[in-house]
Amino acid sequence: MSWPLCRGGQRFAPFSNQRRNGGAALNSEPLDLRAKAHWVWRETLAIHRRAPETRLASSLSAVEIFVALYYGGVLRFDASQPLAAHRDRCVISKGHGSICMYPILADLGFFSKDELLRVCHSGGFLGGIPDPVIPGYETVNGSLGHGLGVATGMALGLKRLDSDRQVFVVSGDGELHEGANWEAAMFASQHRLDNLNLVIDDNGISMLGYTDDIVSHHSLSERLTAFGWDCRRVDGHDVLAVQAGLLEMKATTAGKPKALIAKTLKGRGVPGLENAPLSHILNPKPELIDSLLEQLP
Amino acid sequence: MTTKPLPMRDVLLDRIWQAMGQDAKIFFVSADFGSPILDKIRADFPSRFVNVGIAEQNLINVSAGLALEGFTVFAYAIAPFITMRCYEQIRVSLALLSEVRPINVNLIGVGAGYSYVVSGPTHQCYEDLTLMRAMPNFQVFSPADHVTAGALFERCVSATGPKYLRFDAQVLPVIYEQTVPDLRLGFHVHRRGRRICLLATGYMLHTALKVAAQQDPEHDVGVIDLVDIARFDEDSLADELAGYQGLVSLEEGFSGRGGVDAMLFDFLARRNLPLTLLNLGVNGGYRFELGTRAELHEQVGIGPEAVQRRVAAFIQSLSH
Repeated sequence: MSWPLCRGGQRFAPFSNQRRNGGAALNSEPLDLRAKAHWVWRETLAIHRRAPETRLASSLSAVEIFVALYYGGVLRFDASQPLAAHRDRCVISKGHGSICMYPILADLGFFSKDELLRVCHSGGFLGGIPDPVIPGYETVNGSLGHGLGVATGMALGLKRLDSDRQVFVVSGDGELHEGANWEAAMFASQHRLDNLNLVIDDNGISMLGYTDDIVSHHSLSERLTAFGWDCRRVDGHDVLAVQAGLLEMKATTAGKPKALIAKTLKGRGVPGLENAPLSHILNPKPELIDSLLEQLP
Repeated sequence: MTTKPLPMRDVLLDRIWQAMGQDAKIFFVSADFGSPILDKIRADFPSRFVNVGIAEQNLINVSAGLALEGFTVFAYAIAPFITMRCYEQIRVSLALLSEVRPINVNLIGVGAGYSYVVSGPTHQCYEDLTLMRAMPNFQVFSPADHVTAGALFERCVSATGPKYLRFDAQVLPVIYEQTVPDLRLGFHVHRRGRRICLLATGYMLHTALKVAAQQDPEHDVGVIDLVDIARFDEDSLADELAGYQGLVSLEEGFSGRGGVDAMLFDFLARRNLPLTLLNLGVNGGYRFELGTRAELHEQVGIGPEAVQRRVAAFIQSLSH
């Protein structure tokens, strides 16, 4: 427990406004999203160094997605009232692949940064797979393929309540093997749920190898388009491109559910882990993580 | 004047239809399963009725999402499909999630036991009580007639949390002409006896009442209808059973596989009640024979004649 927290967050503008108002306050003080993404990447490594039970590779592929969602003016949220009705909903379906959310939520004030030192420890609430006991998490995740369907119900409910809030779902490409996703995909287009935004962390690898070698999705965008969705593609590690894609997707309300397919690398930035077919279950050696963390940010 | 028997589902759906006019928070979700009363809901409340299609996993997920946005949700499908096709959706997004978020989703499963008589084992349902009672925070109701089914409406809207309502697909004779079972107790005493008590749920209450009426009066057979499988008033049931020598459980589900019988074995042991339990349910495995419900019941050991024989033998065994 002596590993120091990376303090990269201190280099950036304070988030007192953002805590209250979500992304809306960001325009007044531009944030270096790339630097923030790097800080989250380092923090995620540091958490994994302390808690090797956490899934590192699938959490590193999604760093820029979550940074863009939470710091890029995309999601409206209120860290002091995580379940306030006026928030945009963010359902994190790829549960274990979202450990990078822990430093983000702590940084934004959803809970104390001290919790980051207790990941996977007795008495803490940040587990190896996040649960909705964590402020900022909406649903039970990690059992894969549940998020999109529940988010679809939320989107339908918000429509019926005449709410202008939107629902985001972050899903991995591997979990799209679960058929329930496609039940939801059909339903969402049938009901013209244009308040539903699916972000796919398309790292191309599930537990035992490349998804193309297991059961290929071929083209996710073609498949979703055929299901009646409005699809975009983006380089998932270009955080500014992800931010632009998310903002454009959110602003599009044309009677179709929307998807942003972010092409990413599992285990990004970690030698031996990045894009390795078994990266989901590989743990880099502690010395390797130490050497990566010792490098200047 | 006797009450005309009605389908359980139509009576509950009529209550829902009436309430939807006043309560804008009620949402009805079907997995392409209908009823005449459902047509009224579809016509009158099109914005709060949705058919997800033949897609029970999505039925549960959409219901969970609607409940998270504050709706009281009724989800409706055939019993084996709404419980078993989507069991993990139920576990994850209803049972687990309701531990931390207030959600009210009421699963209406039609087709208890053998009630889809000629449809065979895909549509028959003998495992659902076991599965649904396995989740500690699920409420599970098994009515024996349409009066009880309708009375469940208030519980559905007033009590938060996930619930399973196990409805018969057939129209069953009315049991509760004059009264309604006390849902706070979760069970209803139909007759009191001294030697043995038949504790039945759903359709099997009708069998229990028939069998009890045929017993020699000196055997003093009691009959209890267990409506609430998961949260009945344990103290009251323990009081009610005090003095009996034997208890017979009757369920239209596999015997010895974690259903009502297992619940009662556990209950008797935990309460230290000195009753011998005879558990009567479906014997054996899956079967494809065609027959009337009565014939099928006799084949698997829960028809009135089979129950009569087994209860008589049970009484004999207690005498020694």
